[in-house]
Amino acid sequence: MSLRQAGETTMAVEIKPAGRRGNIARMATLREAGLIAIILALCIAMSFASPHFLTWGNLRAMMMSFSIEGIVVVGMTILLIVGGIDLSVGSVVCFSMVVSGALFLSGLDPWTASLIGIAASALIGAVMGFFVTVVGLNHFITSLAAMVIVRGMCLVVTKGTPLSLFTLPPEFKALGQGSFRDIPYVILIFVMVVAIFDFLLRRATAFRKVFYTGSNEKAAQYSGIKTSHVKFWVTVLCSTLAGLAGVIYMARFGAATPTFGAGMELNIIAAAVIGGASLNGGSGTIFGAILGMALLSVVTSSLILLDVSVYWQDMIKGCILLAAVSIDHFLHSRKF
Amino acid sequence: MTEAPILEIRNLTKTFGPVLALSEVKFELFRGEIHALCGENGAGKSTLMNMIAGLLQPDDGEIVVDGQRVSIASPAAAQSLGIALVHQEIALCQDATVAENIYMAAINRRRMPLMNYQKLYCDAQRVMDLLAPIPVRTRVADLSISNQQLVEIAKALTLDCKVLMLDEPTAALTESEARRLFAIVRGLKQRGISIVYISHRMAEIFSLCDRITIFRDGRYVATDPIEAVSPDDVVRKMVGREITQLYPDKLLPQEKPGRAILCVEGLADGKRFADVDIEVREGEILGVGGLIGAGRSEIAQTICGIRAAVAGTIALNGSPLNIRHYRDAVDAGLVYLSEDRKGSGLFLDMPIAANIAALDLGRLTGRLGLLDRRAEAQQASCLTRRLGVRMAGVEAAVSTLSGGNQQKVAIAKQLSISPKVIIMDEPTRGIDVGAKVEIHRLLRQLASQGVGIIVISSELPELIGLCDRVMVVREGKIAGELGADELSEEAIILLASGVQQTSTQQEEAKNVA
Repeated sequence: MSLRQAGETTMAVEIKPAGRRGNIARMATLREAGLIAIILALCIAMSFASPHFLTWGNLRAMMMSFSIEGIVVVGMTILLIVGGIDLSVGSVVCFSMVVSGALFLSGLDPWTASLIGIAASALIGAVMGFFVTVVGLNHFITSLAAMVIVRGMCLVVTKGTPLSLFTLPPEFKALGQGSFRDIPYVILIFVMVVAIFDFLLRRATAFRKVFYTGSNEKAAQYSGIKTSHVKFWVTVLCSTLAGLAGVIYMARFGAATPTFGAGMELNIIAAAVIGGASLNGGSGTIFGAILGMALLSVVTSSLILLDVSVYWQDMIKGCILLAAVSIDHFLHSRKF
Repeated sequence: MTEAPILEIRNLTKTFGPVLALSEVKFELFRGEIHALCGENGAGKSTLMNMIAGLLQPDDGEIVVDGQRVSIASPAAAQSLGIALVHQEIALCQDATVAENIYMAAINRRRMPLMNYQKLYCDAQRVMDLLAPIPVRTRVADLSISNQQLVEIAKALTLDCKVLMLDEPTAALTESEARRLFAIVRGLKQRGISIVYISHRMAEIFSLCDRITIFRDGRYVATDPIEAVSPDDVVRKMVGREITQLYPDKLLPQEKPGRAILCVEGLADGKRFADVDIEVREGEILGVGGLIGAGRSEIAQTICGIRAAVAGTIALNGSPLNIRHYRDAVDAGLVYLSEDRKGSGLFLDMPIAANIAALDLGRLTGRLGLLDRRAEAQQASCLTRRLGVRMAGVEAAVSTLSGGNQQKVAIAKQLSISPKVIIMDEPTRGIDVGAKVEIHRLLRQLASQGVGIIVISSELPELIGLCDRVMVVREGKIAGELGADELSEEAIILLASGVQQTSTQQEEAKNVA
């Protein structure tokens, strides 16, 4: 029909500069710039307060501390964008660790054991995805149940006692403990995961469907998008990345503790929300979520260096979360 | 009935912003009569009811109850005057029991700290049994819609009112439930209660009511004793409007529409409709009319695979389609424009370009599964230019646009896949006249380019002005089809409300009574 021809002639007359970033993208960038500014300001202030702060050693320790959790944040952010949430990530991290560790102790080589551990995590995601998309429960309740069940599975596998894995071969331990020219592998893996998924989320067609589904699920269905498929696979992806993090933790600690990762999910959701992910779905960026994680990490590190009692730290982190979300709400309600 | 009316409305006017909803209307209700209030959607019936019930305040005019001029500031004030309204929409507490809902007003007034459930259930059951044997300890959420409607009516019966206003009470009721309701309404009349009865169903009005008042476009038209008018008179008075030249030229009689583009046969979904046959031919615009809730949207959604079908075949350009999901329909070139623009048509917080691209990302995807943002922006800018969308740029969020421009974006999304057939559900609902005219011209242009167009509309002038042929749906069946030379508002209303059956239904109703 002539619509295409009409379109082509107009296109020939004037080609608009494509790829210009719109209001939404600009707002996200604004928030990211704001977070960077706050983090930098905190770092500069801290460098005066404590001479140990701006040392490569401290920065590296800070990066290490949030790198592995950062991998989980990537999955959580994508899940928040689609309108879901996963409270079970802490348990799944632990499960992957415990399963891989137990398989290794039973004689499997550590790489195969790790792959099975990650696959088992993905399977937990698939089961949650089934309950969300086929049975029709919501993400919150499903993952709350999964959090408890999977934690129980960790205890069953280990019979409640930590698995000691000091026999892990050095080339596997290097995954969590080694470095490439002074840069720990942990950080390299983290940066790679972030770079890949940030790029995919901005550019890949498959991930665009995540935004459509989270923005207005009904409208996505009325655009021919199979939203239950999208929700299912994002749920699986989130658990898989948690499984990957669990394996790296195992290599780092050389042990698998059945209570590891309890409460981790709240830190991760907080980071994603500070970074701009909406609990209502439809918005969020991975870069932003990582900045949110970095902010929380800088604050924690500062509090330690300033010798603030540990008892105060959670309170202060909670207040930062509340402030970030309130500012966001204020900006949004002013705009519309 | 020579005594003074129990309720009298004099020169009542109400505006909503720039829209004149009611202009100097009058209305008179005598003691013990059942008075029908008729008019098209938007004629102002519900606005008047809401003002009498204290939900809205008039701008001008008088409400006189029992000879006293009153101002009704709140629903509680209306209740104390003995006026009760049963809404068209169900407004019950879903998690409370039937009994608690029926006596909500009494419970609210109660000063005692504890409830006497025994008495509550007992009283409630007595009231409920008048209508239907619904157990009053049931949670309202567990009842069917028609039973919930009956609870609403029971609730009004307990208020001890002098004036009862029923706004389309039978819309959700089955035939036998409706008959039971009619018997009760007649019983109330015997007790001297006056009833205002709003309905689109002519058969009901003519078997139940004593007098009839007709509104049109917010104005009073006439009041007549029911014996003095025929259903045809009522329809003519309800419509009686000049159709202005807002619509593009139709096919000329000598221009026969071409071959069939879309052929639907024997479609059924097992719930809302059955045995639907539709044919759309090249060059024509097919209209689909009918009352709200008749099943029009459900039929369209089932053709496109958004809802599941249990029977029927669909053929596009002569070749049969196997549509199991909306995706299959889109891939075949069959698209559906939702009537609910904000709820299911658009991604309000996403950019215009992303909204237009949503229907078929495949054509914008390059190698490696990456989205070609340049092509996305180009597609958006040429379609928005073609439709004349006024906007800051294709990357602006859709929520920044006016209603008419939002609707154009929704249509641009349908056009992005160069569709073979477009089914549009209320394409011009809630948008200004300018955008409306532009959308109508576009539809005509698309039709002449060979795109099959189906327009579902509740607006009769739109069906008549725009469409070459109109199918009318009534209660899940195709009630009839009207060619260009048979199109009139009367003809559509007659088919939509089933007036032809008036005489037989009247007989039945009388037998039951």
